[in-house]
Amino acid sequence: MMNNEVVISVKDLTKKFGNFIAVDHITMQVNKGEIFGFLGANGAGKTTAMRMLCGLSYPTSGSGTVAGYDIVGQAEEIKRHIGYMSQKFSLYENLTVWENLNLFATIYGMSSQSIKEKTDGVFKVLGMENMWDVLVKEIPLGWKQKLAFTAATLHTPDVVFLDEPTGGVDPATRRKFWEMIYQASSEGMTIFVTTHYLDEAEYCNRISIMVDGRIKALDSPAVLKQHYRASTMDEVFRIIARDAKRAD
Amino acid sequence: MNGIIEINQITKRYGQLVALDKVTFSVPEGSVFGLIGPDGAGKTTLYQILTTLLNPEEGVATVAGLDVVKDYRKLRTVIGYMPERFSLYPDLTVSENLHFFASLFGVNVKDNFDLIAPIFDQLKKYPNRMAGALSGGMKQKLALSCALIHHPKILLLDEPTTGVDAVSRSEFWDMLARLKEKGITILVSTSYMDEAERCERIALINKGVILDVNTPEKLIERLDKNLYNASSRDMYPLLEALRKLPDVKDCYTFGATLHVVTTDEFNPDAVVNKLRQEGLADANIYPAKGNIEDLFIKLAKNDE
Amino acid sequence: MSIFQSLIKKEVLHLMRDFRTITVVLVMPVVLLSLFGFAISTEVNDVRVVAVVEQSTDETRQIIDRFRANSYFTFKGIVTYKEVENILRKGEADAAVVFRTEDGKMKHQIIVDASNTNMAQTSTAYLESVINSAASVPVVTTTLYNPQLKSAYNFVPGIMGMIFILICAMMTSVSIVSEKESGTMNLLLVSPVRPWTIILGKLIPYFLLSCIILVLMLLLSYTVLGLPFSASVINVVWVTILYVVLALALGLLISTVASTQVSALLVSGVMFMIPVVLLSGMIFPVENMPLFLQWFSCIVPARWYISAMRVLMIQQLPVGHVLTEVLVLAGMTLGVMTLAIKKFNVKK
Repeated sequence: MMNNEVVISVKDLTKKFGNFIAVDHITMQVNKGEIFGFLGANGAGKTTAMRMLCGLSYPTSGSGTVAGYDIVGQAEEIKRHIGYMSQKFSLYENLTVWENLNLFATIYGMSSQSIKEKTDGVFKVLGMENMWDVLVKEIPLGWKQKLAFTAATLHTPDVVFLDEPTGGVDPATRRKFWEMIYQASSEGMTIFVTTHYLDEAEYCNRISIMVDGRIKALDSPAVLKQHYRASTMDEVFRIIARDAKRAD
Repeated sequence: MNGIIEINQITKRYGQLVALDKVTFSVPEGSVFGLIGPDGAGKTTLYQILTTLLNPEEGVATVAGLDVVKDYRKLRTVIGYMPERFSLYPDLTVSENLHFFASLFGVNVKDNFDLIAPIFDQLKKYPNRMAGALSGGMKQKLALSCALIHHPKILLLDEPTTGVDAVSRSEFWDMLARLKEKGITILVSTSYMDEAERCERIALINKGVILDVNTPEKLIERLDKNLYNASSRDMYPLLEALRKLPDVKDCYTFGATLHVVTTDEFNPDAVVNKLRQEGLADANIYPAKGNIEDLFIKLAKNDE
Repeated sequence: MSIFQSLIKKEVLHLMRDFRTITVVLVMPVVLLSLFGFAISTEVNDVRVVAVVEQSTDETRQIIDRFRANSYFTFKGIVTYKEVENILRKGEADAAVVFRTEDGKMKHQIIVDASNTNMAQTSTAYLESVINSAASVPVVTTTLYNPQLKSAYNFVPGIMGMIFILICAMMTSVSIVSEKESGTMNLLLVSPVRPWTIILGKLIPYFLLSCIILVLMLLLSYTVLGLPFSASVINVVWVTILYVVLALALGLLISTVASTQVSALLVSGVMFMIPVVLLSGMIFPVENMPLFLQWFSCIVPARWYISAMRVLMIQQLPVGHVLTEVLVLAGMTLGVMTLAIKKFNVKK
C-alpha cells in the first residue's frame, strides 16, 4: 500500500564522535508503507544512524523528520509514533505472552480494552489463541519473534524500526516473519529494517547500502542488480563494500 | 552400502519429547554430506551422539567402523568436531587456541599445518589477537582450524555457518571442498537450504524424523512441476488473494517474489487477469525453478 | 608439552587475563584481615557514664574517680535518678551507675542502653570490674590464649574459612560452568583427554592459587596482626590444605549441577557463603544457637575448619586435640569428591 507520502526524510545527517565521523552527510527519503532495507557491514554506521532516527541520539549536523516530527526538537513525539524491535532486546522471558504484550502496549498508552481487542485479532491470525498464559521462554524461537513483532506494532506506529530482527533464526521462520512484515506494510506501516542477510534484502522495496558512514547505493534490489550487473544482492554488496576501510 | 558413518534406527528422547525418531542413514567415505533441517529438528542431538557426548536410547551408530557407545575412546581420535557456536576460548589468543587444541590430541601444530594452512592464512596476520575480538567469519576459520589440527578422518560440523555473513559463508564452502579433496569425509548440518546444493548427498530432517536422503539433483527432480513465481508491488494482498484460490496448494514468500505451488489445473494467465481486475494492477505470474528450500517446505507440510 | 601441562597453562592464562578477578582474589583476603583486625573491633571504647549518688561516701567518690581515670570511660557527671531515663534515651550517655545505701551497706545498680547488645554486654562487664575492684573481695580473672582480648584472633580463622570456600568452590565452579556455556567443555570431552585429566587441569591451578593466598594470610596474621607464632603452623597449613581440597571438590560438584554461570554463583553463594558466615561460629558462637541450627551447622565444612583453626592457631595445641574436626573434614572430602567425579563422568 505504498504511496508517495514521505514518512522519513533526512538531509545531510551527520554524527561525529570526536574526530570519528560515524555517519557522514546521509540524505534519504522513505515513503509511507515502504519496506526499506538499511544495509551495511559491521561498523558502517547503521546503528548510529538508526539511533538518530529513533530520537535516541542527536545529530551533530543536518536535519530530518520522522513521522512528521523533527528529529532534533521533537524526539519524544517521535518515540510515541514508532515501534522498535531488535534481536537482542525483545521480550521478557519470565513473563507470559499476554503480560509481555500488555506491558508494551501500556507503555505506548493503549487502554486495556483496546489491547485486548487488538491482541485477540492478532492471535487468531498467528494461531496462538491458546498461548496467552504460556511463559515466553517456553515458546519456540519463531513464535517469540512473531510475538516481538506484534509487541512492536500493536499500537499501530507510523514507522517500525527492526534492528537485525532475524539474526540466528532458521530460514523457515524468517520466511514467516517476512510475511508479517508484508502484512504490516499493507496496513500502511513503514518498515525500516537493518539486516546482514543479503538474501533478505530481496524482500525489501528499496534498499540503501552504507559504507564507511556514507550511503553508497540506494534503489530497488532489481535496479541495483542491473546497475552492477550482478545476479544476487550478495554480489552487489561485495562490489560496493569492496573498498570499505572500516570493516573488520 | 558400507559408509564411513552408519546410523541405524537411532532414537533419543528427552522426557516426552522425541528428539530423534529411528534415524537411519549412511555417509559414504570421502563425501560432503549435508544434514538439512530447521532449528529444533534434532540435528545437534545427532551430532552429540556421533561425537560420543550422548548415548542413544535405541539403535546403533558407527563412525569409521567404531561403535559410538563401546569404542568411544578410540572414536574420539578420528573425528574433528565443531559445535554449533564457535567454541573457542575468547580470552586466549589465536595461536594459543590453536596450540591448546593441538596438545589435547597430542600433536604439534607443525605436524598437520599444511592441512589448515589455506584456512589459517588470513588469521596469520594477527596471531596475538584474542579469539573473542575476531569477527564471525574469522572465528569460524579459527574454529575449523582447531577442529582439523589433529588431521581427523571425519569432520563433524554442526551449523558452521549460522550467524556468519554471506561472503564468509561462501568462502567456508570453498574450504570444505578443498578438504574433501584431501580425503576427509564431512558431515555438515545447516539450516540454510541454499547451502544444501553444495553437498553431494543430503538428508532432510524435521522434528527428529529423516524425510528423505539423496543427491540434491535427484531430490529437486521430484519437485512438482507446478511451481510459479508471483510478484506485485503490494505483496501481502497478492499473497492473500493467491491463497484463496482453489488451484493453489501453497504460497509462501521467497525473496523478491512469492512461490506458488499449484495443481495441474492452475492457469497462470487466467489468474493474472483475475488479480488485475481485483486491483493488483502490476500482478505477474511466471514459472519458477524449484530448489531444496521448496522441497523442504513441501515435505515438512506433508508431515503435518 | 604434555596434555596436562597445556591444560594447566590454559587455566593460568585465563586467570592472568581476568585481571580484575585476580586482583580481587588477592586483595580481598588482605583487606578483610586488616578490616577485622583493626577497624572492626568488638572492643568497646569511650563508654559515657553518668552516676546517681543517693549518699556520697568515700567509697562512691573513689569509684567515680576510677571512672574518670579509666580510658575506657568518659564520666559525664552526677545526675538524679529521675533524669537517667531521659539522658539514656537522648543518647547523651551509654550507661548509668546508681549507688544506694541500704542498711549501711552500699548497693549498686547498672542501667545500660542495650540498643546495641554487644556494646551493652561489654560495657556492663567493664563497669562491674571497675566497681568490684573497689569492693573488699576482688575477683581475680585471668584470660588465657588471648590475654588482650584482641578481636583479630577471633576473626582470622573465620576469614580463612570464608576465603577458601569463596576462591575454591565459587571460582572453580564458575570456570567449569563457563566452559559448559561456551561449548568448549564439549570439545574437551570429545577429545581423547580423559575426564580425570580435565578435572585435575581445572582444580590444580585453583589449588595453587589457594596456596599463595594461604601464605599471604599467614604472613599477615603472624606479623601485622601479631598472632603468636610457633611450630604448630605446620598443622595449620596441612589442615587448611585438606579444607582447600574439600572446597575444590564442592566447586566441582556445583559445576555438575549448575548449567549457567549465574546459577553456579548463586548455588555456591547461597549454599556455602551464607552458612559459612552465619553458622560456622565465625560471628555467632555455635553453642548459643538453637539445637536445630547446631545440628545443621554440623554439615557446614567451615564450622569444623574454623573450630580446628582456633585450637591450632590461637591455643596452639597439638593436632591430637582437633582429631574429630580433621576426621570429619577428611570424610567430607572423600564423600564429596567421589560424588562429584561420578556426576562429572556420567553420560546422558
